[in-house]
Amino acid sequence: MLLIPCPWCGQRNEDEFMCGGESARVRPDDPASTTDAQWSDYLYNSTNHKGVVREWWWHVNGCTKWFVIDRDTVTHAIQPASEEIS
Amino acid sequence: MSHFSIFSLARNALTGHKNWEKMWRSPDPKKEYDVVIIGGGGHGLGAAYYLAKDHGITNVAVVEKGWLGGGNTGRNTMTVRSNFLREDSVPFHELSIDLYHQLSKDLNYNLMVSKRGMITFIQSSAVNRIAMQMANTMHIYGAEYRMLSLPEIKQRVPIFSPSENMRLPILGGVYQPRASMVRHDAVAWGFARGADSRGVDIIQNCEVSGIRRESGAVTGVETNRGFIKAKKVGMAVAGHGSVVANMAGLRLPIVTQPLQAWVSEPIKPVLNEIVVIRSYYGTYLMQSDKGEIVIGQGCDPYASYAQRGTFSIIEDATNAMLEVFPSFSRLKLLRHWAGMLDMPFDGSPIISKTDVDGFYVDVAGSGGFKTTPAAAKTFAHLIARNESHPLTENLGLSRFQNGRLVQEGGVSANR
Amino acid sequence: MSRLSSGGAIDRRQVINFRFNGTSYTGFKGDTLASALLANGVRVVGRSFKYHRPRGVVSCGIEETNALVQLRSDLDQPNIRATVLPLVEGLEAESINCWPSVNFDVGAINGWLAPLFPAGFYYKTFMAKPWDFYSRFIRRVAGLGQVPKVADTNSYERVHHHVDVLVIGAGPAGLSTTLAVARTGARVLLIDDQSDPGGDLLFDTAIIDQKPALEWVKESIETLAQLDNVSRLQNTIATGYYDHNLVIAVQTSPDESWIRERLWHIRAKQVVVATGAVERPMVFANNDRPGVMLCASVAGYITRFGVQPGKRCVLFTNNSRAYEYLSVLQEAGIKVVEIVDCRESVDDDSLKIAQLLNIPVVAGSHVVNVSGKKMVRSVTVRSINGDANLHTVSCDLVCHSGGWNPLVHLQSHSGAKPVYDSENVTFIPGKPIQSERSVGASNGRFLLSQCITDGLETGQKIGVELGYEFPEISFEKQTNDVNYAVEGFWAEDDNTGKAFVDYQNDVTRADLALAMRENFQSIEHIKRYTTAGMATDQGKMGNPNVIGIVAQMSGTSMTATGTTTYRPPFQPVSFGVIGGMERGALIIPARTTPITEWNISHGAAMNEAGANFRRPFYYPKSGESMQDAMNREALATRNGCAIYDATPLGKFELHGEDVPELLNRVYTNSFSDLPIGQGRFGLMLREDGRLMDDGVTFRIDDNHYLMSCGTGAAPVVLGHMERLLQTEWQDLKVYLINVSAGWANVCVCGPLAREVLSGAGMDRELLDSMKFMQIKTTKVAGFDVRVARVSYTGELSFEINVRRRDGLQLWELFMQAGKQHDITPIGSETSGVLRIEKGFVSPGIEGDNITNPYDAGLGWVIDMNKPDFIGKRSLQRDLNIGGERQHVVGLLPDDHNAKIADGSALVPVQAPTSGNPEFQGHVTAACYSPTLERTIALALLKNGKNRHGENIRISGLEGSFTATVTKPVFYDPRGEKMRA
Repeated sequence: MLLIPCPWCGQRNEDEFMCGGESARVRPDDPASTTDAQWSDYLYNSTNHKGVVREWWWHVNGCTKWFVIDRDTVTHAIQPASEEIS
Repeated sequence: MSHFSIFSLARNALTGHKNWEKMWRSPDPKKEYDVVIIGGGGHGLGAAYYLAKDHGITNVAVVEKGWLGGGNTGRNTMTVRSNFLREDSVPFHELSIDLYHQLSKDLNYNLMVSKRGMITFIQSSAVNRIAMQMANTMHIYGAEYRMLSLPEIKQRVPIFSPSENMRLPILGGVYQPRASMVRHDAVAWGFARGADSRGVDIIQNCEVSGIRRESGAVTGVETNRGFIKAKKVGMAVAGHGSVVANMAGLRLPIVTQPLQAWVSEPIKPVLNEIVVIRSYYGTYLMQSDKGEIVIGQGCDPYASYAQRGTFSIIEDATNAMLEVFPSFSRLKLLRHWAGMLDMPFDGSPIISKTDVDGFYVDVAGSGGFKTTPAAAKTFAHLIARNESHPLTENLGLSRFQNGRLVQEGGVSANR
Repeated sequence: MSRLSSGGAIDRRQVINFRFNGTSYTGFKGDTLASALLANGVRVVGRSFKYHRPRGVVSCGIEETNALVQLRSDLDQPNIRATVLPLVEGLEAESINCWPSVNFDVGAINGWLAPLFPAGFYYKTFMAKPWDFYSRFIRRVAGLGQVPKVADTNSYERVHHHVDVLVIGAGPAGLSTTLAVARTGARVLLIDDQSDPGGDLLFDTAIIDQKPALEWVKESIETLAQLDNVSRLQNTIATGYYDHNLVIAVQTSPDESWIRERLWHIRAKQVVVATGAVERPMVFANNDRPGVMLCASVAGYITRFGVQPGKRCVLFTNNSRAYEYLSVLQEAGIKVVEIVDCRESVDDDSLKIAQLLNIPVVAGSHVVNVSGKKMVRSVTVRSINGDANLHTVSCDLVCHSGGWNPLVHLQSHSGAKPVYDSENVTFIPGKPIQSERSVGASNGRFLLSQCITDGLETGQKIGVELGYEFPEISFEKQTNDVNYAVEGFWAEDDNTGKAFVDYQNDVTRADLALAMRENFQSIEHIKRYTTAGMATDQGKMGNPNVIGIVAQMSGTSMTATGTTTYRPPFQPVSFGVIGGMERGALIIPARTTPITEWNISHGAAMNEAGANFRRPFYYPKSGESMQDAMNREALATRNGCAIYDATPLGKFELHGEDVPELLNRVYTNSFSDLPIGQGRFGLMLREDGRLMDDGVTFRIDDNHYLMSCGTGAAPVVLGHMERLLQTEWQDLKVYLINVSAGWANVCVCGPLAREVLSGAGMDRELLDSMKFMQIKTTKVAGFDVRVARVSYTGELSFEINVRRRDGLQLWELFMQAGKQHDITPIGSETSGVLRIEKGFVSPGIEGDNITNPYDAGLGWVIDMNKPDFIGKRSLQRDLNIGGERQHVVGLLPDDHNAKIADGSALVPVQAPTSGNPEFQGHVTAACYSPTLERTIALALLKNGKNRHGENIRISGLEGSFTATVTKPVFYDPRGEKMRA
């Protein structure tokens, strides 16, 4: 049971949250201009990094805020994301 | 390879079991192979076995970073089944059951394949609809899947005594008679022995750190035991698919998630069938030959390479189990662990060429143990001939280009 | 009887009657089942797993692997450790894994056949027939105890606890840590698995500051009891150490009589593991005979329980600490005839003790055999390098001590890796991964003085780290222990018998050798091949011996050999307490509407409706079949009036100037021009172009919209929009509020809907003036309501939304007003029939995670001219390279009464009924339409929209039917009824 640092509610048990996946996966500004291959990469592929991953979490059973944390997928150590994502 | 039998056991008993041969050699890697398979689990060892057996390709190495079968092959709930929704899933999984049932003889190694049958409880009309769709798709492909009434379930599973105040009363069940349990470690060991005896080099403690390519084609693998040249490289590394594919500059449509499993203390036989309590959390349980109740559930809901999961999954599944088997309340949890699933976007296996010539991937999907022989056989076919086996034509990476996914898993009723 | 005349922490005034294997015995309050059995001279308590060898009690703690019993009283319970089972009046237990009795066990024939059963023999044989043939027999002899036959009626609960410091173990190290932490003011919780604090001191005669150690324990506990920042739980065992410093513990026998066990989730800033160490056996031939016991445990039975486990004893050891127990044995009247020490040069402290007690020490020697089957008769001893000292000693008790294993399990759960400590010949905790420290014996500090100092120092450090002050305190304590000196000893003996490394699973040294001979090299392989360490003690006793032997045989170090991974739980945990209170209705609480109770009391058959709602399935009248009820309900809707509870539908209010922009982006069609008071059907896709949901969104006011969506889809739709608004489109000015639970929604539909509503007091003019898809705010019988003219049945239909608490009154009002029109409540199964007749696609059924809107015939809802919407790019992809797709079609079976199961497969008409791979699609929903008086179905069919008029075969488990492919609409194709 991870402790997830919600920026509004503080440390809460993981079952209050949903993980939203890698924050690096950003919707293309103009989907129409992407090739089929680029679009498919955005839709389905992930970096799935072994190590620290910046990812979205949603405090669905709480304040409903979406936020970003840095989580190590090996040790499960969590840091609030240090800087704004681009 | 010496032949195993009750006679060989008796003969060796006379000499105090001092004369058994090695199950497999521990060779040093050669400079070059026709095929290098990355990953010494069931899928990788099986692919090497079928490369040798079906295609006569024996200049093959299987490189494994740890010990054989140390990944998901040794961490699953030992279940084999083919109850799926899609026309691309059912025949593939049927092949796997067929192969499993003849493998002990083929390999001369007892994988302890026992036909237990699987009962999936139906607790809502939505689940009933999915079950009926499965049953009918399976019927088309000759896989038996039939409905059971409550009395029929009770007759089959005497210990089944659902509590009267069940939140989701059990309306009936569906039954796949051919669903089986297989001794998981033996699958890796049996394939390893079979592949080794056909000349395949199995190299443990050999970690791949890079995949060398020239002009878009693979040329070999960098390892902690030096560079190994290879004409073709096959990847069968459940739990590290993205990590290894990344070495070839590829991104895959997968997320690596923990899948937990746990066992009770061993008890005398009470449960012959594999039981799925789908409607709560997708909990499933069965009793191993040793007497332990083996229990599992769905993945932990986030990416992780930690081989451990959250305890709340076990709490949820326990509640589901106790709804159906209230007397298991005084039974005890003995051990729990997790494997790492490379979960594709649609839950189905990926057995595919890639954009790198000569580099092939086998991603097991939602539980690779049950597909091991079928995936290994079709993966060997793909590597040997550079074209998909007819059963896996639609299970390649191209489906993530054209959107024709092989979507498995339940769909909830909306309105 | 083996009870000493005095001594022990038992209450000899309270005699307790119990039964074991059908025989009545007595013991005393304070006994465990094991101590009482030993006191009654019962030596054989169980049989081993594979060879069915007689086994006796080997230890006095949680590490016990032999003395497992089936508890018959107080519910059947399998595999209970007799060594930690408190004796209570009326207790009844039986040996497990033996038939007909523990003293005469037919299964012992396996012992004769043992040469055929080396490790992993089953992989090499039993292949002539399918495994099922053999497994029937094998399974019957496998397994230990029996599962209870009756449901457990006990109650359990789960609590969550947060604390600064959690100390696990109230032995000397844990107590000292707690004392030190407590003085800093930090909040500390001390948990301990035994009924009394003290840990090993309870079984010992140690001295602290010239007083019995237990007095120090008592004083310490009294001190802690004064402090508000300290809490303490006895009978509470930490079973697992999880991510982010979560420790799970099981409390047995809580004070509350109605709870059997309580599961603690303890989240601590710092965890201190003070779980101590367990003694490890020596590995020698027939080391499993009843009467071969661990040395400290023998002393424990004497000290704690006043039991004398034997009269004539040989001690076999490799370490100095075993000598400390000799005086206890001697004082209890046990004649220690000889000490067999495998060390060539025994340390001076040890020799001094032996000399003082006048016991001969045979150094550099080992026990090579034990004779006696059901109890020890003698041991054979010889020197390690040859036959010198070869002799036989008669005895009825062998105390053996192979050194101590720190219980590193919890630390190992936390992610840390144990490391090898060559001085102590054991694995000790490695570098902590979480905020955790190990202290005392579990940290490889085996001396009492070390435990206390380690605890106090660690406690101080923790307090200071947490920001508390620490007062001056003396760390010096005088204790009577001698230095710990140990040498690893895993030499081969004469193979005169089985030398066990794992008692319960019957794994011997020869099995380990066989595994290695067959090239199983990794310790994990050896464990899995031989099953060493996989018994119910999970290798607590035997694992270091396995590692030592493997290292020795392979000529590598213990470090290189390494340990297997210790998995939770530390001790087996009952599923009852893991489940807690969540049984029956509490497992996933069902969501209700204000009308749920009315529905149930009016006989509705209930069914899951998504998002954990239960809804009426249909409302059978007495004697009415499901089909009859559905026919009646459907016809009432088509021809008269019907009512249903639409409360479970999702309802979201959207405010803000950018709502139209949001709607344009999440729906496939345009919402830019929606007038106030008007609603529009919208289709929501996933980014991959698959159907997510459909629903109607109304414009209430300038910047105020109300969105509705499917019940099951509501959480998904909400999450989808929240995510987009908060992550991708943070610039959009939209407030999204989930009002699903705030409103009750009653739908009145059918040609007579207006009559019913006006009869209930609604303004007839308003009803007449309302056009399809309009929404109005008005009053009914004093209630403020929103009335929306939407239709999911294809009939004239009004949804009346009212604040939740008034829902039932409104419902009853309509029922009353509808009485004269025979208003009929309808269930979801009937709604399904109406939907199929109308060909309304359900995103959760026809949607199928594969279907795109074109496939579903919903191309009319898609505005590909919009610059962008979620799913647009994927639809373009489908059109570009998607290939042939399957489309929603209607099916009209030739047999008008065909019973077609949902999910039936579609195959060509001339195809055989099974074994045919030419799979064309499947029926998504089929029903009997009472309006059309025939069976109809919706289906997904390959290239279906270009195949209307073709014939197809519906091939289902329940039959095979030919049918004509049609447009997916069977009733009122132009929608005139719902617009009427």
